[in-house]
Amino acid sequence: MGMSCQEVWREVSNYLEDDIDPAVRASVEAHLRGCAHCTAVMDGTRNVIRLYGDKAMLEVPLGFSQRLHQRLEANMPPRQRGTPWGWVMAVAASLLIVGGFELGSSAAFMANELRSEHAIPAASHTPPDLMVVVAEDGKVFHGGTRCPFMHEKNKERVMRASEAIREGYVPCTRCMKQYLSAGLTTPDFHWGISAEVAALQPMR
Amino acid sequence: MLSLALENSAEESNEAILIRRIRNGEHELFYDLIRPYERRVYAAAFAILRNEADAEEVAQEAVLKAFKHIRQFRAEARFSTWLIQITVNEARMRKRKDHAHIMEAISDHRDEEGDYTPRDFADWREIPSETLERSEIREALTRALAAIGEKYQEVFVLRDVQHLTIEETAKTLKISAAAVKTRLLRARLMLRDLLSPGLGGNWSSKLSFVKGAKPWE
Repeated sequence: MGMSCQEVWREVSNYLEDDIDPAVRASVEAHLRGCAHCTAVMDGTRNVIRLYGDKAMLEVPLGFSQRLHQRLEANMPPRQRGTPWGWVMAVAASLLIVGGFELGSSAAFMANELRSEHAIPAASHTPPDLMVVVAEDGKVFHGGTRCPFMHEKNKERVMRASEAIREGYVPCTRCMKQYLSAGLTTPDFHWGISAEVAALQPMR
Repeated sequence: MLSLALENSAEESNEAILIRRIRNGEHELFYDLIRPYERRVYAAAFAILRNEADAEEVAQEAVLKAFKHIRQFRAEARFSTWLIQITVNEARMRKRKDHAHIMEAISDHRDEEGDYTPRDFADWREIPSETLERSEIREALTRALAAIGEKYQEVFVLRDVQHLTIEETAKTLKISAAAVKTRLLRARLMLRDLLSPGLGGNWSSKLSFVKGAKPWE
Protein backbone atom coordinates (compact mmCIF):
# COMPACT_ATOMS: atom_id res chain seq x y z
CA MET A 1 0.00 0.00 0.00
CA GLY A 2 1.37 3.45 -0.95
CA MET A 3 1.95 6.32 1.44
CA SER A 4 -0.72 8.92 2.12
CA CYS A 5 -0.05 12.64 1.63
CA GLN A 6 0.06 13.10 5.39
CA GLU A 7 2.67 10.39 5.77
CA VAL A 8 4.77 12.03 3.08
CA TRP A 9 4.60 15.41 4.83
CA ARG A 10 5.98 13.81 7.99
CA GLU A 11 8.98 12.65 6.00
CA VAL A 12 9.72 15.91 4.21
CA SER A 13 12.67 16.89 6.45
CA ASN A 14 14.07 13.38 6.58
CA TYR A 15 13.80 13.07 2.82
CA LEU A 16 15.48 16.40 2.11
CA GLU A 17 18.24 15.75 4.62
CA ASP A 18 18.74 12.24 3.29
CA ASP A 19 18.16 10.87 6.75
CA ILE A 20 15.69 8.24 5.67
CA ASP A 21 15.41 4.50 5.31
CA PRO A 22 15.83 3.46 1.63
CA ALA A 23 12.49 1.68 1.61
CA VAL A 24 10.69 4.77 2.95
CA ARG A 25 12.53 6.92 0.44
CA ALA A 26 11.29 4.70 -2.38
CA SER A 27 7.72 4.97 -1.07
CA VAL A 28 7.96 8.76 -0.85
CA GLU A 29 9.26 8.98 -4.40
CA ALA A 30 6.53 6.69 -5.66
CA HIS A 31 3.96 8.98 -4.04
CA LEU A 32 5.56 12.15 -5.41
CA ARG A 33 5.35 10.83 -8.97
CA GLY A 34 1.58 10.82 -8.73
CA CYS A 35 0.90 13.79 -6.41
CA ALA A 36 1.36 17.38 -7.59
CA HIS A 37 0.53 18.78 -4.15
CA CYS A 38 3.21 16.81 -2.32
CA THR A 39 5.71 17.53 -5.09
CA ALA A 40 5.01 21.26 -4.62
CA VAL A 41 5.44 20.84 -0.86
CA MET A 42 8.75 19.05 -1.32
CA ASP A 43 10.07 21.52 -3.92
CA GLY A 44 8.97 24.51 -1.88
CA THR A 45 10.52 23.24 1.33
CA ARG A 46 13.79 22.47 -0.45
CA ASN A 47 13.75 26.00 -1.84
CA VAL A 48 13.06 27.47 1.61
CA ILE A 49 16.01 25.61 3.14
CA ARG A 50 18.34 26.73 0.38
CA LEU A 51 17.24 30.37 0.52
CA TYR A 52 17.49 30.77 4.27
CA GLY A 53 20.76 28.88 4.36
CA ASP A 54 22.35 31.34 1.97
CA LYS A 55 25.01 33.63 3.40
CA ALA A 56 23.14 36.58 1.95
CA MET A 57 20.62 36.15 4.74
CA LEU A 58 23.26 36.98 7.33
CA GLU A 59 22.83 40.69 6.95
CA VAL A 60 24.15 43.01 9.65
CA PRO A 61 23.52 46.72 10.23
CA LEU A 62 25.97 49.17 8.72
CA GLY A 63 29.02 49.61 10.93
CA PHE A 64 28.20 46.55 13.03
CA SER A 65 31.65 45.02 12.78
CA GLN A 66 33.40 48.27 13.58
CA ARG A 67 31.28 48.88 16.65
CA LEU A 68 31.80 45.32 17.81
CA HIS A 69 35.57 45.64 17.53
CA GLN A 70 35.51 48.95 19.37
CA ARG A 71 33.56 47.38 22.19
CA LEU A 72 35.97 44.48 22.32
CA GLU A 73 38.95 46.77 22.31
CA ALA A 74 37.51 48.70 25.20
CA ASN A 75 37.28 45.47 27.16
CA MET A 76 40.64 43.96 26.34
CA PRO A 77 42.95 43.52 29.32
CA PRO A 78 45.32 46.46 29.95
CA ARG A 79 48.43 44.65 28.83
CA GLN A 80 47.10 44.32 25.33
CA ARG A 81 45.08 47.41 24.89
CA GLY A 82 46.10 49.97 27.43
CA THR A 83 44.05 51.35 30.26
CA PRO A 84 44.89 54.95 31.13
CA TRP A 85 47.65 53.53 33.30
CA GLY A 86 49.02 51.30 30.59
CA TRP A 87 48.77 54.13 28.13
CA VAL A 88 50.83 56.42 30.27
CA MET A 89 53.38 53.70 30.72
CA ALA A 90 53.54 53.04 27.02
CA VAL A 91 53.86 56.70 26.11
CA ALA A 92 56.39 57.37 28.78
CA ALA A 93 58.46 54.36 27.82
CA SER A 94 58.40 55.09 24.12
CA LEU A 95 59.17 58.76 24.57
CA LEU A 96 61.99 57.95 26.87
CA ILE A 97 63.44 55.85 24.14
CA VAL A 98 63.09 58.67 21.65
CA GLY A 99 64.36 61.20 24.12
CA GLY A 100 67.57 59.54 24.93
CA PHE A 101 67.05 56.36 26.84
CA GLU A 102 67.94 54.42 23.75
CA LEU A 103 71.40 55.83 24.20
CA GLY A 104 71.74 53.15 26.78
CA SER A 105 72.91 50.78 24.14
CA SER A 106 74.71 53.27 21.99
CA ALA A 107 78.34 54.23 21.81
CA ALA A 108 77.47 57.68 23.11
CA PHE A 109 76.01 56.15 26.19
CA MET A 110 79.04 54.00 26.73
CA ALA A 111 81.25 57.04 26.38
CA ASN A 112 79.24 58.83 29.02
CA GLU A 113 79.07 55.88 31.34
CA LEU A 114 79.86 57.02 34.81
CA ARG A 115 82.73 55.47 36.57
CA SER A 116 80.72 54.22 39.45
CA GLU A 117 77.18 52.83 39.31
CA HIS A 118 76.74 53.97 42.84
CA ALA A 119 77.40 57.62 42.18
CA ILE A 120 73.92 58.96 42.68
CA PRO A 121 73.11 62.15 40.83
CA ALA A 122 71.59 64.95 42.78
CA ALA A 123 67.84 64.56 42.81
CA SER A 124 67.44 68.30 42.57
CA HIS A 125 68.84 68.18 39.04
CA THR A 126 65.91 66.19 37.82
CA PRO A 127 63.22 68.30 36.15
CA PRO A 128 60.30 68.21 38.61
CA ASP A 129 57.71 67.57 35.89
CA LEU A 130 59.59 64.71 34.33
CA MET A 131 57.52 61.55 34.29
CA VAL A 132 59.50 58.80 35.96
CA VAL A 133 58.86 55.21 36.85
CA VAL A 134 59.09 53.88 40.36
CA ALA A 135 59.17 50.19 41.13
CA GLU A 136 58.23 48.39 44.29
CA ASP A 137 61.68 46.93 44.68
CA GLY A 138 63.30 49.89 46.34
CA LYS A 139 63.20 53.62 46.78
CA VAL A 140 64.61 54.35 43.33
CA PHE A 141 62.99 56.00 40.34
CA HIS A 142 63.89 55.27 36.76
CA GLY A 143 63.71 56.96 33.40
CA GLY A 144 61.84 54.02 31.92
CA THR A 145 61.01 50.38 32.35
CA ARG A 146 63.93 49.35 30.18
CA CYS A 147 66.46 50.30 32.76
CA PRO A 148 68.47 47.17 33.56
CA PHE A 149 68.54 48.19 37.19
CA MET A 150 64.82 48.08 37.46
CA HIS A 151 63.27 44.94 38.89
CA GLU A 152 59.68 44.00 39.63
CA LYS A 153 58.62 45.56 36.37
CA ASN A 154 55.05 44.47 36.83
CA LYS A 155 54.66 46.58 39.92
CA GLU A 156 55.81 49.93 38.65
CA ARG A 157 54.07 53.28 38.90
CA VAL A 158 54.48 56.42 36.85
CA MET A 159 54.64 59.76 38.56
CA ARG A 160 56.32 63.13 38.33
CA ALA A 161 59.93 63.27 39.46
CA SER A 162 59.02 65.87 42.07
CA GLU A 163 56.49 63.50 43.62
CA ALA A 164 58.89 60.61 43.50
CA ILE A 165 61.49 62.68 45.30
CA ARG A 166 58.91 63.82 47.82
CA GLU A 167 58.03 60.21 48.49
CA GLY A 168 61.66 59.52 49.22
CA TYR A 169 62.69 57.96 45.92
CA VAL A 170 66.15 58.72 44.55
CA PRO A 171 67.23 58.71 40.90
CA CYS A 172 68.54 55.46 39.49
CA THR A 173 72.31 55.45 39.29
CA ARG A 174 72.15 54.07 35.79
CA CYS A 175 69.46 55.60 33.72
CA MET A 176 68.93 58.87 35.51
CA LYS A 177 72.61 59.58 35.78
CA GLN A 178 72.99 59.13 32.06
CA TYR A 179 70.11 61.49 31.54
CA LEU A 180 71.58 64.08 33.82
CA SER A 181 75.11 63.76 32.58
CA ALA A 182 73.88 64.29 29.05
CA GLY A 183 73.00 67.81 30.10
CA LEU A 184 69.39 67.54 29.17
CA THR A 185 68.06 69.51 32.05
CA THR A 186 67.23 72.70 30.22
CA PRO A 187 63.74 73.89 31.12
CA ASP A 188 62.40 73.44 27.60
CA PHE A 189 63.36 69.88 27.41
CA HIS A 190 60.92 67.37 28.78
CA TRP A 191 62.92 64.42 27.66
CA GLY A 192 60.82 64.15 24.58
CA ILE A 193 57.63 64.08 26.59
CA SER A 194 55.12 66.44 25.09
CA ALA A 195 53.50 69.14 27.15
CA GLU A 196 50.26 67.13 27.02
CA VAL A 197 51.87 64.09 28.53
CA ALA A 198 53.83 66.11 31.00
CA ALA A 199 50.60 67.75 32.11
CA LEU A 200 48.98 64.41 32.78
CA GLN A 201 48.07 63.69 36.33
CA PRO A 202 50.36 60.85 37.32
CA MET A 203 48.65 57.61 38.14
CA ARG A 204 48.82 56.41 41.69
CA MET B 1 32.40 16.90 -0.24
CA LEU B 2 35.85 15.68 0.71
CA SER B 3 37.43 19.05 -0.04
CA LEU B 4 34.79 20.74 2.08
CA ALA B 5 35.52 18.35 4.93
CA LEU B 6 39.24 19.05 4.60
CA GLU B 7 38.60 22.76 4.51
CA ASN B 8 36.50 22.56 7.65
CA SER B 9 39.12 20.46 9.33
CA ALA B 10 41.88 22.96 8.43
CA GLU B 11 39.68 25.78 9.68
CA GLU B 12 39.12 24.04 12.98
CA SER B 13 42.81 23.35 13.32
CA ASN B 14 43.64 27.02 12.70
CA GLU B 15 41.02 27.95 15.26
CA ALA B 16 42.53 25.60 17.81
CA ILE B 17 45.90 27.31 17.35
CA LEU B 18 44.33 30.75 17.62
CA ILE B 19 42.46 29.78 20.76
CA ARG B 20 45.61 28.39 22.37
CA ARG B 21 47.52 31.58 21.61
CA ILE B 22 44.68 33.76 22.91
CA ARG B 23 44.63 31.77 26.12
CA ASN B 24 48.36 32.32 26.40
CA GLY B 25 47.90 36.07 26.34
CA GLU B 26 47.80 37.09 22.69
CA HIS B 27 44.39 38.58 23.20
CA GLU B 28 44.32 40.59 20.02
CA LEU B 29 44.09 37.38 18.02
CA PHE B 30 40.54 37.13 19.26
CA TYR B 31 39.54 39.56 16.51
CA ASP B 32 40.73 37.04 13.93
CA LEU B 33 38.94 34.24 15.70
CA ILE B 34 35.52 35.84 15.70
CA ARG B 35 35.66 37.72 12.40
CA PRO B 36 34.20 34.85 10.33
CA TYR B 37 31.28 34.50 12.75
CA GLU B 38 30.23 38.06 13.39
CA ARG B 39 27.31 37.90 10.99
CA ARG B 40 26.13 34.62 12.38
CA VAL B 41 26.20 35.95 15.92
CA TYR B 42 24.09 38.93 14.91
CA ALA B 43 21.66 36.75 12.93
CA ALA B 44 21.17 34.44 15.91
CA ALA B 45 20.50 37.36 18.23
CA PHE B 46 18.17 39.03 15.75
CA ALA B 47 16.19 35.84 15.21
CA ILE B 48 15.31 35.77 18.88
CA LEU B 49 14.96 39.47 19.64
CA ARG B 50 13.61 40.73 16.30
CA ASN B 51 14.99 44.15 16.95
CA GLU B 52 18.15 45.51 15.39
CA ALA B 53 19.38 47.56 18.33
CA ASP B 54 18.80 44.77 20.87
CA ALA B 55 20.34 42.20 18.54
CA GLU B 56 23.46 44.27 18.10
CA GLU B 57 23.87 44.84 21.81
CA VAL B 58 23.33 41.19 22.60
CA ALA B 59 25.75 40.19 19.83
CA GLN B 60 28.39 42.41 21.40
CA GLU B 61 27.69 41.01 24.86
CA ALA B 62 27.95 37.47 23.53
CA VAL B 63 31.28 38.10 21.83
CA LEU B 64 32.64 39.75 24.97
CA LYS B 65 31.46 36.81 27.02
CA ALA B 66 33.15 34.40 24.64
CA PHE B 67 36.37 36.37 25.03
CA LYS B 68 36.17 36.42 28.81
CA HIS B 69 35.38 32.73 29.01
CA ILE B 70 37.63 31.48 26.25
CA ARG B 71 39.36 29.22 28.78
CA GLN B 72 36.11 27.39 29.32
CA PHE B 73 35.76 26.48 25.68
CA ARG B 74 36.28 22.77 25.25
CA ALA B 75 38.00 21.54 22.16
CA GLU B 76 35.48 18.81 21.40
CA ALA B 77 32.88 21.40 20.41
CA ARG B 78 33.07 23.67 17.38
CA PHE B 79 33.97 27.21 18.35
CA SER B 80 31.19 28.56 16.12
CA THR B 81 28.61 26.39 17.89
CA TRP B 82 29.85 27.47 21.30
CA LEU B 83 29.68 31.11 20.23
CA ILE B 84 26.15 30.73 18.87
CA GLN B 85 25.07 28.96 22.05
CA ILE B 86 26.36 31.87 24.13
CA THR B 87 24.51 34.26 21.83
CA VAL B 88 21.24 32.37 22.09
CA ASN B 89 21.51 32.26 25.87
CA GLU B 90 22.25 35.98 26.03
CA ALA B 91 19.35 36.77 23.71
CA ARG B 92 16.96 34.62 25.71
CA MET B 93 18.05 36.24 28.94
CA ARG B 94 17.50 39.65 27.40
CA LYS B 95 14.08 38.59 26.25
CA ARG B 96 13.14 37.29 29.67
CA LYS B 97 14.30 40.50 31.22
CA ASP B 98 12.17 42.53 28.87
CA HIS B 99 9.11 40.33 29.50
CA ALA B 100 8.36 40.62 25.84
CA HIS B 101 8.11 36.88 25.54
CA ILE B 102 4.94 36.59 27.61
CA MET B 103 2.56 37.53 24.84
CA GLU B 104 4.44 35.51 22.28
CA ALA B 105 4.55 32.46 24.47
CA ILE B 106 0.78 32.32 24.37
CA SER B 107 0.65 32.36 20.60
CA ASP B 108 3.42 29.80 20.48
CA HIS B 109 1.33 27.09 22.04
CA ARG B 110 -0.15 26.15 18.75
CA ASP B 111 -0.75 22.46 18.31
CA GLU B 112 2.77 21.20 17.91
CA GLU B 113 1.67 17.64 18.43
CA GLY B 114 -0.79 17.47 15.56
CA ASP B 115 0.24 17.18 11.93
CA TYR B 116 0.65 20.36 9.96
CA THR B 117 -1.26 20.48 6.72
CA PRO B 118 0.60 22.36 4.01
CA ARG B 119 -1.50 24.53 1.76
CA ASP B 120 -2.51 22.93 -1.46
CA PHE B 121 -0.74 24.89 -4.15
CA ALA B 122 -0.72 23.58 -7.68
CA ASP B 123 3.00 23.91 -7.89
CA TRP B 124 5.95 25.65 -6.33
CA ARG B 125 7.56 28.38 -8.33
CA GLU B 126 11.22 28.29 -7.56
CA ILE B 127 12.67 31.42 -5.92
CA PRO B 128 16.25 31.60 -7.23
CA SER B 129 19.05 32.25 -4.74
CA GLU B 130 20.28 35.10 -6.94
CA THR B 131 17.22 37.10 -5.96
CA LEU B 132 18.59 37.37 -2.43
CA GLU B 133 20.72 40.21 -3.70
CA ARG B 134 17.56 42.25 -3.59
CA SER B 135 16.76 43.72 -0.22
CA GLU B 136 12.99 43.37 -0.64
CA ILE B 137 13.39 39.63 -1.12
CA ARG B 138 15.52 39.35 2.01
CA GLU B 139 13.00 41.47 3.90
CA ALA B 140 10.17 39.23 2.74
CA LEU B 141 12.04 36.19 4.03
CA THR B 142 12.71 37.95 7.33
CA ARG B 143 9.03 38.87 7.65
CA ALA B 144 7.96 35.31 6.97
CA LEU B 145 10.38 34.04 9.58
CA ALA B 146 9.04 36.50 12.14
CA ALA B 147 5.54 35.19 11.49
CA ILE B 148 6.00 31.53 12.40
CA GLY B 149 6.25 31.78 16.18
CA GLU B 150 9.26 31.97 18.42
CA LYS B 151 9.88 28.34 19.17
CA TYR B 152 9.76 27.37 15.50
CA GLN B 153 11.85 30.33 14.54
CA GLU B 154 14.60 29.49 17.01
CA VAL B 155 14.92 25.93 15.82
CA PHE B 156 14.80 26.92 12.17
CA VAL B 157 17.42 29.63 12.55
CA LEU B 158 19.85 27.44 14.44
CA ARG B 159 19.47 24.51 12.08
CA ASP B 160 18.82 26.04 8.65
CA VAL B 161 20.40 29.48 8.93
CA GLN B 162 23.25 28.73 11.35
CA HIS B 163 23.69 25.14 10.14
CA LEU B 164 23.99 23.64 13.58
CA THR B 165 23.35 19.91 13.76
CA ILE B 166 20.12 18.57 15.25
CA GLU B 167 22.02 17.62 18.41
CA GLU B 168 23.71 21.02 18.70
CA THR B 169 20.37 22.75 18.20
CA ALA B 170 18.79 20.57 20.86
CA LYS B 171 21.60 21.29 23.30
CA THR B 172 21.50 25.02 22.64
CA LEU B 173 17.76 25.26 23.17
CA LYS B 174 17.73 22.66 25.94
CA ILE B 175 15.07 20.56 24.25
CA SER B 176 15.13 17.01 22.91
CA ALA B 177 16.36 16.11 19.44
CA ALA B 178 12.87 14.79 18.69
CA ALA B 179 11.37 18.18 19.58
CA VAL B 180 13.90 19.86 17.30
CA LYS B 181 12.87 17.65 14.40
CA THR B 182 9.16 18.20 14.99
CA ARG B 183 9.49 21.97 15.22
CA LEU B 184 11.90 22.12 12.33
CA LEU B 185 9.53 20.28 10.01
CA ARG B 186 6.67 22.52 10.97
CA ALA B 187 8.80 25.66 10.61
CA ARG B 188 9.90 24.65 7.14
CA LEU B 189 6.36 23.83 6.00
CA MET B 190 4.96 27.06 7.43
CA LEU B 191 7.66 29.09 5.71
CA ARG B 192 6.99 27.33 2.47
CA ASP B 193 3.32 28.28 2.79
CA LEU B 194 4.12 31.87 3.69
CA LEU B 195 6.45 32.23 0.76
CA SER B 196 4.15 30.66 -1.80
CA PRO B 197 3.29 33.56 -4.06
CA GLY B 198 -0.12 34.38 -5.30
CA LEU B 199 -2.17 32.69 -2.60
CA GLY B 200 -2.33 35.24 0.15
CA GLY B 201 0.91 34.52 1.93
CA ASN B 202 2.43 37.61 3.56
CA TRP B 203 5.00 37.48 0.82
CA SER B 204 2.45 38.43 -1.82
CA SER B 205 0.40 40.82 0.26
CA LYS B 206 3.43 42.76 1.45
CA LEU B 207 5.03 42.94 -1.93
CA SER B 208 1.73 43.52 -3.73
CA PHE B 209 2.87 42.03 -6.97
CA VAL B 210 0.41 41.26 -9.69
CA LYS B 211 -1.27 37.90 -9.28
CA GLY B 212 0.51 35.26 -11.25
CA ALA B 213 3.68 37.30 -11.64
CA LYS B 214 6.89 36.14 -10.02
CA PRO B 215 7.86 38.68 -7.39
CA TRP B 216 11.54 37.99 -7.80
CA GLU B 217 11.65 38.92 -11.46
